[in-house]
Amino acid sequence: MKHIIVVGNGMVGYKFCEKFVQKSEFKNFKITVFGEEPRPAYDRVHLSEFFENQDAKALEMAPAEWYADNNIDLITGERVSDISRQDKTIKTAKDREFSYDYLVLATGSSPFVPPIKGVEKEGVFVYRTIEDLEGMLAYAAKLKAEKPNAKAAVLGGGLLGLEAGKAVMDMGLEPHIVEFASKLMPRQLDLRSSQVLQLKLESIGLNIHLSKATNQILGNGSVVGLEFGEDDVLDVDMLIISAGIRPRDELGKNSGLEVGVRGGIVVNDKMQTSDEHIYAIGEIALYNQMIYGLVAPGYDMAGVAVEQIIGSTEVVMPADIDMSTKLKLIGVDVASFGEPFMPASKGHSIIFENKTQHLYKRINVSHDGKKLLGGILVGDASTYNMLHQIYLNGMAIPEDPSQLILPASDGASSFGDVTDLPDEAQVCSCESVTKGQICSAIENGEATDVAGVVSCTKAGTGCGGCKPMVADLTNATLKALGIEVKEGVCEHFELSRQDLYKIIQVKGYTKFNEVLDNHGTGGHGCELCKPLIASLMASINADTANKEYAIQDSNDRFLANIQRNGTYSVVPRVPGGEITPDKLIALGEIAKKYDLYTKVTGGVRIDLFGATLKQLPLIWKDLISHGFESGHAYGKSLRTVKTCVGSTWCRYGMAESVSFGIELENRYRGIRAPHKIKGGVSGCIRECAEARGKDFGLIAVEGGWNLYLGGNGGATPRHAELFAEQIDNETVIKYLDRYLMFYMRTAKPLQRTAAWQERLEGGLDYLKEVIIDDKLGIVEDLENEMQTLVNKFECEWTQAVNNPEMMKRFNHFVNSEEEDDNLVFVPMREQKMPEPWN
Amino acid sequence: MNAIAEKYKTVKIDDVKVWFKAAHVNDFPEDGGACVKYKDLQIAVFNFKRLNSWFACQNLSPEKEEMVLSRGMIGDHKGIPMVACPLHKKTFSLETGENLNGELEPIAIYPVKIEEENVYIGFSE
Repeated sequence: MKHIIVVGNGMVGYKFCEKFVQKSEFKNFKITVFGEEPRPAYDRVHLSEFFENQDAKALEMAPAEWYADNNIDLITGERVSDISRQDKTIKTAKDREFSYDYLVLATGSSPFVPPIKGVEKEGVFVYRTIEDLEGMLAYAAKLKAEKPNAKAAVLGGGLLGLEAGKAVMDMGLEPHIVEFASKLMPRQLDLRSSQVLQLKLESIGLNIHLSKATNQILGNGSVVGLEFGEDDVLDVDMLIISAGIRPRDELGKNSGLEVGVRGGIVVNDKMQTSDEHIYAIGEIALYNQMIYGLVAPGYDMAGVAVEQIIGSTEVVMPADIDMSTKLKLIGVDVASFGEPFMPASKGHSIIFENKTQHLYKRINVSHDGKKLLGGILVGDASTYNMLHQIYLNGMAIPEDPSQLILPASDGASSFGDVTDLPDEAQVCSCESVTKGQICSAIENGEATDVAGVVSCTKAGTGCGGCKPMVADLTNATLKALGIEVKEGVCEHFELSRQDLYKIIQVKGYTKFNEVLDNHGTGGHGCELCKPLIASLMASINADTANKEYAIQDSNDRFLANIQRNGTYSVVPRVPGGEITPDKLIALGEIAKKYDLYTKVTGGVRIDLFGATLKQLPLIWKDLISHGFESGHAYGKSLRTVKTCVGSTWCRYGMAESVSFGIELENRYRGIRAPHKIKGGVSGCIRECAEARGKDFGLIAVEGGWNLYLGGNGGATPRHAELFAEQIDNETVIKYLDRYLMFYMRTAKPLQRTAAWQERLEGGLDYLKEVIIDDKLGIVEDLENEMQTLVNKFECEWTQAVNNPEMMKRFNHFVNSEEEDDNLVFVPMREQKMPEPWN
Repeated sequence: MNAIAEKYKTVKIDDVKVWFKAAHVNDFPEDGGACVKYKDLQIAVFNFKRLNSWFACQNLSPEKEEMVLSRGMIGDHKGIPMVACPLHKKTFSLETGENLNGELEPIAIYPVKIEEENVYIGFSE
């Protein structure tokens, strides 16, 4: 058995292991991996996501158990310090020795820290590892506590520097980017595209300083500023250095392997170093006198090294390496492919620029106009995948190549179809997955949907840029095989929720059976389609849940939340959380009268538990007589609009958050939606109402409200996204009417706004176009529909207790006045609870 | 299985000794159910209007032993008439009592007949 030692457990080192274990020859090998960092390899490409969730596990390439399960020894937190090539052994920093048959160096790179005076000061960071980020977070938290408007600068305006700029924004510091060159992303962008990107980034709050050579870092102990020239100083409280990378080639140098003048271990096309038993892959390998700082070529190198070691010596690295890349920088699409900057001698360029919309598109075309040689996209890279494929495969381009980047006047695509690609076209360059592999996975039955294709081909698991294309290909292939791509809600309907919405609206259906008989697949409905259609008819016809109660969901059927022993809980509406002492007393007295367990809910309302079916209408009669109404805690509808006390009482408040919260809660109460909806209104940026964790949130700022949309707590927490700034009450209501109605029309069943918004093609920008710019010409309809729902609101509990026919359902037995004799309560902290489940 | 669940045993139509007159047909919602008390038993009775059929089963959900099945939604799963428990949407065949989306114990099923607009449930004792 041959022993392979892999030095470095980064993305490329991990990929080497992953590719190796898939080989049948693996049984003849033993792999030991050394990682200097304390944790197993993680996805450094998406490092900035750590600032959003601070979940290091989510970034892991594979959990530690994966290595063990595959018989790989993973030794983390231990650096390899020496190679002895004669004995074929390595030594670690803990002075342990291991021998190898093959050594694979995947040590990657380290951030380059320029020798500027003062780099050792406190508050200066590099941006590379999770530990770096944790250090930055801790320092930023300390800064913000001392100084509310602290600033941080990033030294370097390249790709990583801009990512770090996003990190600074996410940490809530004022972001500054300082770049030595006269443009941003100098390696990927030409001057004009760089200027467009700069305008866009400035518009979202990044301060950009170009052509600045930093002389020294100022400060007594900790950083307070950067000095560029004599009178040219930028005050900052924190500095992140992102001035390029240097290969971690010290092991190679010390053991006498051939290294490049500016670093990197020299390799041939087999990924072999000057010692045939030692391979180098990833950012440490100097191939064709180049270091490739992208993940895709690193993965290819890992694959080549694997093949070479198992003896498939014909597999080598190609001479031309595709450096095309597409990414989202701070929400801005940036892509470049092929030859982004091309001298006029090789062809001509076609450029489309729109500075007001922050768009720039450039393609470079051969002199004969037949071949696409490369290009740059800023602001909108939706056509990148197709352009990239045309370039890679040398596909024919339109006679007028400008059609490839100009907005199509007739809406027709200039590209043709994904299915036109040749089978060998590489769709996922991170994982080297071709179109042919994706299609055959479906054709031979291995996968039947996008998720299946991703899991069996690994396409889309790297940078994720190809996902839309993988989805298109999957759907097109399924269609070609005659397999229908189903979006149906259950076995009784092949239609999606959105389709059903339209049908019910147009046909004016008011009964479940009408919809089922006319548009179902036969059968009699189920627990999935019945409540869905009940909810759609309620949204469209402004019905309450009292209508056709047998198709309502468990809770809607009895207008209360069923609890684990079959009793119910009761939550009256307390708009904005404002309640008079008299009402509070009434709640207490009613709870006492019916012996209900009482608790303040997570949504700051009061919940009364343990009501039997028979008690529900009695309790509600009492509540209604004290001026309460249904709180719809049981419905897929608006729950609460949580508020802070705002300028009514608070010395920091900038607006009357309670008054506005009450207005909004009363406006949207009772409206049935795909899922529950929560709101929040905060009177200032201290955000005591936690509005950004809600489906819609408002924060009072100078000059109006900032409106945030699509937030969520729950299992997948997500901050709401900033949608509009400094708008007045009227505009808030206008946008919210449109937003909620658009969500109600188009979401999937039981999809919260957060998930819906995240999957909305075109994202937040598209949402703004629909809701603010009225791109679809529907806002008037949306507003009218919402206004109808608002006008027709009726408290469904008041409706129920005043109607003897409706009251009939609130009996445990149809033939007896008795209560359920199976209920057992036990005492707990001076109240009661149901007997525990076994 | 504890004592309460053991009280419920499927009754075949041939074994019916008592036809218990439960309530008027109009006391049950169309394509929905309600609960009937017979001695110390709780029976869920469903008016499956779309099939022009009536079904009865124990009201006790075998999952957590709560008296809730009569409040569940009914419908069909691949043609089999079923009820979905309102607690966790476990579904049970109304013909055989079998749990259609899990491994729970089957529920007990009882015969139903309609005479002069009244609903009768069949018991063996």
